[in-house]
Amino acid sequence: MAAPQPINVEDLNIYYGDFLAVEGVDMQIRPRSVTALIGPSGCGKSTFLRTLNRMHEVIPGAYAKGRVEINGEDIYDPKIDPVNVRRRVGMVFQKANPFPTMSIRDNVLAGVKLNNRRISRSDADELVERALKGANLWNEVKDRLDKPGMGLSGGQQQRLCIARTIAVKPEVVLMDEPCSALDPISTLAIEDLIHELKEDYTIVIVTHNMQQASRVSDRTGFFNIAGTGKPGRLIEIDDTDTIFTNPTNTQTEDYISGRFG
Amino acid sequence: MSTADTAPEKERSAPDTMSSGGRRAGDSVFSVLSIGSGLLIFVTLAAVAIFLTTESIPAITASREFSGTAEFSLVEYTLPLVFGTVLASAIALLIAIPVSVGIALFISHFAPRRMASGLGYMIDLLAAVPSVVYGLWGGVWLVPKLEPLYVFLNTYFGWIPLFAGEPTAPMRNLASASVVLAVMVLPIITAVSREVFLQTPRLQEEAALALGATRWETIRTVVLPFGRGGVVAASMLGLGRALGETMAVLMILAPGATFSLHILEVGRHNSIAANIASKSAEASGVDMSLLIFTGLVLFVLTFVINAIARWIVARSGPKS
Repeated sequence: MAAPQPINVEDLNIYYGDFLAVEGVDMQIRPRSVTALIGPSGCGKSTFLRTLNRMHEVIPGAYAKGRVEINGEDIYDPKIDPVNVRRRVGMVFQKANPFPTMSIRDNVLAGVKLNNRRISRSDADELVERALKGANLWNEVKDRLDKPGMGLSGGQQQRLCIARTIAVKPEVVLMDEPCSALDPISTLAIEDLIHELKEDYTIVIVTHNMQQASRVSDRTGFFNIAGTGKPGRLIEIDDTDTIFTNPTNTQTEDYISGRFG
Repeated sequence: MSTADTAPEKERSAPDTMSSGGRRAGDSVFSVLSIGSGLLIFVTLAAVAIFLTTESIPAITASREFSGTAEFSLVEYTLPLVFGTVLASAIALLIAIPVSVGIALFISHFAPRRMASGLGYMIDLLAAVPSVVYGLWGGVWLVPKLEPLYVFLNTYFGWIPLFAGEPTAPMRNLASASVVLAVMVLPIITAVSREVFLQTPRLQEEAALALGATRWETIRTVVLPFGRGGVVAASMLGLGRALGETMAVLMILAPGATFSLHILEVGRHNSIAANIASKSAEASGVDMSLLIFTGLVLFVLTFVINAIARWIVARSGPKS
């Protein structure tokens, strides 16, 4: 596995058609760490997250301008194929979305089987076990790998999605509010998993839950929006402890202390 | 608005008691009308079924004595027609399904939005063309144009039974009828498939894209599995239409009554519907009964096809 690489964002502007949604983001993301993005609704943190694997542009009319370097390579270079970017930068969504027509096993292998890659039965078995163990799901599903993925509970489905994402061995895993649809116990399971995953992956997580950000992340970035129709901005990014105890910017302090948002 | 607001409290309030003062007239009228309309469907269907059954009894009982026509039995008369009908429809579907699914995918996932809606309208327009126009177009324009293709298929692929035999111009054969039928069932299969493909959950498609799927891989892993039931149902609807199509077949096909698989040969096949249409004006007595019996067979055939379609849709419809 290639070593996780730092992500370097320079002057990124993100658009939906004519509308500038996020303006002028500069950010360095450290390898093998968890970076949390927090901020009020509509501040553009999810939009920003989706530009890190070029998922933003699958929405008609949406595009981004600026530089996003992963491993020193600008993923917005015209020579770059977004499909290859997404194979290296995996994503977990707000709502668990296993493929409904596939078994648990096939869900895990879905990404691997893309690109017409052939994989032997024994390699596949090994990969399924490794990915599911990596997602802390193996013990719960090892006896029913051929059952549909939709039969699992919400929290298990979300961990199945994480297993599916890490099965393709990405360098970076993006998580877009992965626990917002889950109960506290399932949330705890995912948060524990995030701690383990950062041994191998660079993780960027968007969360509405500030406690969650302080629990799971090493660094935290705060996004804010001046008002409706105005673009969102990255206000500051720093070590999580600093953001939550001694933020530089008063906006961050107001948000953290619950004075708005 | 303002009058209601300024009206005194008493006039605005509900009746003092909540017990119903008998049923409201509007409700009763509406309920009678809607129940009546619902029943009308059953009555009509039953009337058609009863008509077909009773009127075909003379043909069933008096099988070997048809005026004018020589000695043959009910079964010998009907089966080649069933064969021709099913074969023409099956080939039409074979042509139409891949094209329809292709168009539907193009509209739902590839075309720019403006082009997609334009194309959608065109497809719907295609469905609105009367079948007699298709018959004219097929018979006058398409048949000569298909001739080189048939000669080619016959020469190089004659070892396949379907393309064997001796095609002779004008190519008023089953293949031509099937091509026109394919054009006629294309709109309905396309329209239904497009609707199903458009309903693919956005989240599922994004799941595939985020794993590094290309557009085609997304369609293969998410859109097609999701839409499979819908495509099957759409195809069955198309099959239903193809089975019963009359004018186009009548105007294109030079009729025959064999079990030949040679679809390029002329004068080998006929369909039930086209056969009834061509003969019913002059038929009477037992001959008429015979035609009505073939109609009954067609009725049952389409009924069964539709039932199967319903069953497949119910079984493999989108879950959750």
